Amino acid sequence: MDAMMLLGDEALAQGALDAGISGFYAYPGTPSTEIMEYAQRVKQAEGIHRTWSSNEKTAMESAIGMSYAGKRTMAIMKHVGLNVAADPFMNSAFTGANGGLIVTVADDPSMHSSQNEQDSRFYGKFAMIPILEPSNQQECYDMAFYGFELSEKYHVPVMLRLTTRLAHSRAGVIRRKPFPQNPLKKPDDLFQFMLLPAIARKKYQHLIDIQADFVAESANTPFNSFNLTAKDHTKGIICTGLAYNYLNEVFQGKEIPYPVIKICQYPLPIEQIRGIYDACDSLLILEEGMPFVEDQLKGLSFKGSKPIHGRLDGTIPRAGELNPNKVTQAVNMPDTYGSEVPVIVAGRPPALCVGCPHSDSYLALNEAIKEYGRGHVFSDIGCYSLGFMPPYNAINSCVDMGASITMAKGAADSGLYPAIAVIGDSTFSHSGLTGLLDCIFDQSNVVIVILDNSTTGMTGGQDYTAFGKLESICLGLGVEKEHIRSFVPFKKNYAEMIQIYKEEIAYKGVSVVIPRRECVQILKRKNKMEVQA
Amino acid sequence: MKRDIILAGVGGQGILTIATIIGTAALNRGMNLKQAEVHGMSQRGGDVQSHLRLSDEPIWSDLISLGGADMILSVEPMEALRYLPYLKKDGWIITNSNPFKNIAVYPPEEDIYDEIRKIDNHVLLDADAIAKDIKASRSMNIVVLGAAIKYLGFSAQEMETAIKSIFERKGEQIVEANLRALQAGISATLM
Repeated sequence: MDAMMLLGDEALAQGALDAGISGFYAYPGTPSTEIMEYAQRVKQAEGIHRTWSSNEKTAMESAIGMSYAGKRTMAIMKHVGLNVAADPFMNSAFTGANGGLIVTVADDPSMHSSQNEQDSRFYGKFAMIPILEPSNQQECYDMAFYGFELSEKYHVPVMLRLTTRLAHSRAGVIRRKPFPQNPLKKPDDLFQFMLLPAIARKKYQHLIDIQADFVAESANTPFNSFNLTAKDHTKGIICTGLAYNYLNEVFQGKEIPYPVIKICQYPLPIEQIRGIYDACDSLLILEEGMPFVEDQLKGLSFKGSKPIHGRLDGTIPRAGELNPNKVTQAVNMPDTYGSEVPVIVAGRPPALCVGCPHSDSYLALNEAIKEYGRGHVFSDIGCYSLGFMPPYNAINSCVDMGASITMAKGAADSGLYPAIAVIGDSTFSHSGLTGLLDCIFDQSNVVIVILDNSTTGMTGGQDYTAFGKLESICLGLGVEKEHIRSFVPFKKNYAEMIQIYKEEIAYKGVSVVIPRRECVQILKRKNKMEVQA
Repeated sequence: MKRDIILAGVGGQGILTIATIIGTAALNRGMNLKQAEVHGMSQRGGDVQSHLRLSDEPIWSDLISLGGADMILSVEPMEALRYLPYLKKDGWIITNSNPFKNIAVYPPEEDIYDEIRKIDNHVLLDADAIAKDIKASRSMNIVVLGAAIKYLGFSAQEMETAIKSIFERKGEQIVEANLRALQAGISATLM
């Protein structure tokens, strides 16, 4: 079969399809979005579940349910999405899996499109489940098969951790013969998913008991390699995931003079690591993300106190993604650099698109609250976070999905007036409803602006579950009908927009204002499609 | 053959299309390829780049080393300069000269051109004007590609084959416009 040119994300989706998956569950988030998008695009995925979930928690729970029914399934999210899904994720380690269950988490070291660079491997270890970390696109594909098999062999969920560079880089992938889907099959043990304390204690003991098996799997997996034959024992190198590529890049594919261990499956194969530690004078740990392996090695009671280098001692910079130059310096090879960026080159940060409805919504809001000064607007995660940038300077917070509403509530509870939340329609759908319910319960004095561009904009325009239902949801949660206001954000409507903002700020209670106009990118795409048709 | 290419521009200017064409030509030759792309927040009018690596040998890293790029191929002049730390000492800059101004203070164009001219191996062409002249104004990116091919180590014919296969489903007119743009880019560097 010819190689397909696939992004790491796409290779994983194709692997899952060929491995007989029955359902993808996800909420969009860079750099994980293209996994679901691929499943939605290809004909092979027809008939399997591939629509977006409301958020990562509902996605994770649905995946557990599909696993319960004996089918292979995958929950997919970006790293911070796992915080949202943490409750079902942690407990899924106790329930275990029936059908193969892979939790795919795409981390974003260097924060290309994220508010932090947390390393999901810590969550995997916390949950005490096996973690797979592919180093290239082919491994993304192969690990889908392997992950489902491992999950079904031990009846545990398996974490598959991607990082931005692999998720969004393309290379050739060779496919295998596809498997059929699993038949529907309830768990043999109907107590398996019952986490009442008495059962959960047994579950925990079982999870503890099989840890040694997971370590043995890591020692024997085809994805880890142990090359201890090299001559120069002044240094031993442990690479995880992508770091293995950078190391080979630095040595130009030639033989590496030091013993090298490649880790793409966890828990750590501890005996092999003890072997390289004993054989070498020092260790260098290269990993994409936080010092996960390095931390563990420093905590192990290895004999003696040989130096262990990595991110903790500054051999590799503590934050940010790896690259070939960082690895070159860490192994003391001659580094290269082109020439400096000329000083005249100006920054070009991302910005709201020309004609974006959010820009009109913000400019009118600024005008409406001018008399109160800055510092009254809590915002959220999405394109509209760019309202922070000049010329808008419109918002004062961006913390996590849904936090705009609840932070505005907390500030209003403290007496801040006005307290305004600005949240996107998809973000509201993801995590805004419960916060709004809190506001209603307390009759908090807040104005909640739901920017409705009718899509999940920042990630490229995906559907979301509350589409077309915003007013009825607000009404159903208890917002008074006359305080659910809507307008079309255009310059020509500024007078009306400012007036509505002002009236709702004046109202002492919960107001919802919905500026509604379609995302210009989606509109452009639709128009293009009509021309082609 | 081995080529490490930084593709540069502003989100939405079509650098991934250039990458796909070069990539297809490389695959048709049986070369290995890795292509790191930028998705997400930066695509909203920010600076974007793609690392395109082609080689007869296996390729390890998805990223090009600083000081390791054979070429910076840019559809915007200031963006070409942003990636100078990646360019090899004898590397080439091939760039559109027409600025994309979506920021409050854009430096004077002549200052940017002066900096580009400091690089020995450079091609600076107004790809937007050329594309407009041949009535293919949406194929500015392909004009830049045309200007680059003699330094890329591919023949015009190989690129034409790639363009045909990629744009085929969009219809004859779009294929023809892109082939004209490629040829116009090639001709521009012959003068």
